[in-house]
Amino acid sequence: MIVARKLTKQADDKFILRGIDLEINKGETVAILGPNGAGKSTLLKVLATLIKPTSGLVSIKGLEMKKSQHEIRKLLGYLPHSSFLYDHFTPLENLVFYGAAYGMDHIEEKAVSLISSVGLSFFLNEPVKNFSRGMVQRVAIARAIIHDPEVLLLDEPHTGLDQGAADTLNSVILTMKEKGTTTLMVTHDFKQAAEICERAVVIKNGKLIANFCLNGKDVNFLHSKYTELVEGGAS
Amino acid sequence: MSGFFKNAFLIAKKDLYSELRTRQVLGTMIIFSGLVILVFSFAFDPAQNTTKAVIPGVIWVIIVFSGILGLNRSFISEQRNDTMQALLISPMDPSSIYFGKLLANFTMILIVELVSVPFLFLLFDFHSIGSVGYFLLVLFLGSFGFISIGTFLAALAANSKSSEMLLPLLLFPVTSPILIGAVQATKIILSNIEKLPDAVAWMQLIGAYDVIFFVLCLILVEYVMEV
Ligand SMILES: Nc1ncnc2c1ncn2[C@@H]1O[C@H](COP(=O)(O)OP(=O)(O)OP(=O)(O)O)[C@@H](O)[C@H]1O
Ligand SMILES: [Mg+2]
Repeated sequence: MIVARKLTKQADDKFILRGIDLEINKGETVAILGPNGAGKSTLLKVLATLIKPTSGLVSIKGLEMKKSQHEIRKLLGYLPHSSFLYDHFTPLENLVFYGAAYGMDHIEEKAVSLISSVGLSFFLNEPVKNFSRGMVQRVAIARAIIHDPEVLLLDEPHTGLDQGAADTLNSVILTMKEKGTTTLMVTHDFKQAAEICERAVVIKNGKLIANFCLNGKDVNFLHSKYTELVEGGAS
Repeated sequence: MSGFFKNAFLIAKKDLYSELRTRQVLGTMIIFSGLVILVFSFAFDPAQNTTKAVIPGVIWVIIVFSGILGLNRSFISEQRNDTMQALLISPMDPSSIYFGKLLANFTMILIVELVSVPFLFLLFDFHSIGSVGYFLLVLFLGSFGFISIGTFLAALAANSKSSEMLLPLLLFPVTSPILIGAVQATKIILSNIEKLPDAVAWMQLIGAYDVIFFVLCLILVEYVMEV
């Protein structure tokens, strides 16, 4: 589903990504791990068509990014660090706007049901600027999936969420996975990663240093493996 | 093609609705134009006949400066929560985003003109417009050209640290032909209607300039909106 070949990204003569090769199959849920400043968010931005790679190839669903950017954009649901929400709009207005931007029909009903599934039905008509951090994150998640994307790119989706919301998010990801959605998730939360991801890749200094299976493994395995990889001098 | 207009209207609707919610920009624009009119009415005695000569200048001073107030906000307002990035990674074309922003800015400047021009005529006791139709036409052509170039340059300047200063700096050289033509045409239409053919020639110039730059902006906007 997602293929990246020799991806590099240079900013101000500094290499942020130094040759990433990545292959992700349809319906897979993959965690991207790595220390701060490793280039995880940058990789996601490249995949989300937000920034252009300096060199290398990306193709999603067999479509090459440079040639079919427009088609690819319809497939992607991207949740970055920032919320992408209009502060003085209500969650409903935000979702209806973005739904329309993606050319969706029956957006209103869809938006209402999404907002209630992230547990904010009582705040449907309250401007987002009055929301707490976790509430904003919930709306941001709903925004990222309003158009039923086939590929989800999530950048630390669990930040700020309480236990209940984190579980809701996990079940949303798993439900979408059943429908064939591919998920790529940057996270520092090993517990969530172990819970929902089948595979993990570790990025350090802009390079992919590990790629391993997580099926049937628990948090402790992930912890010890990660510590060994990142602090054990591998690069 | 229908998608282009649909998306542009979506953006314009969003911007105008957001303005309705916050009432930040339009209010400032209207207060500003009111102040300009008041100050000019203090400086020039409305009873004197020569005073009529400053009216075209006042009208275009209002359009230019209140226009800049709106243009500056147009893309800066998308920086909070990085909503501009969200628009860029959506399937909407950059050109339709540009056209939507243009429509919103144009609507706002039309509202400012609708409020301030009657107020100006009232204060200066002016009620002998040569030709209302041509007057409205020159307002429309001049404002459209100014706003379409302005929206493009606002998109360009928004990525810079000192965009509030950069925008007027870029805007004045590029739009000066429109402004010169508009002031000249307005002057003729308001006080010297016998010379209408001259005004029409000025308007043709503005019209041609509008079309060329509008098309150019539509084509080039893709390259200035990158993150
Ligand atoms: N626009 C930019 N210009 C210059 N350097 C940048 C730019 N964006 C990111 N970087 C640098 O690239 C590196 C990787 O950044 P990135 O945001 O991808 O890290 P990350 O892995 O997501 O970290 P975190 O876990 O803290 O979110 C950092 O060292 C950062 O300083
Ligand atoms: Mg990051």
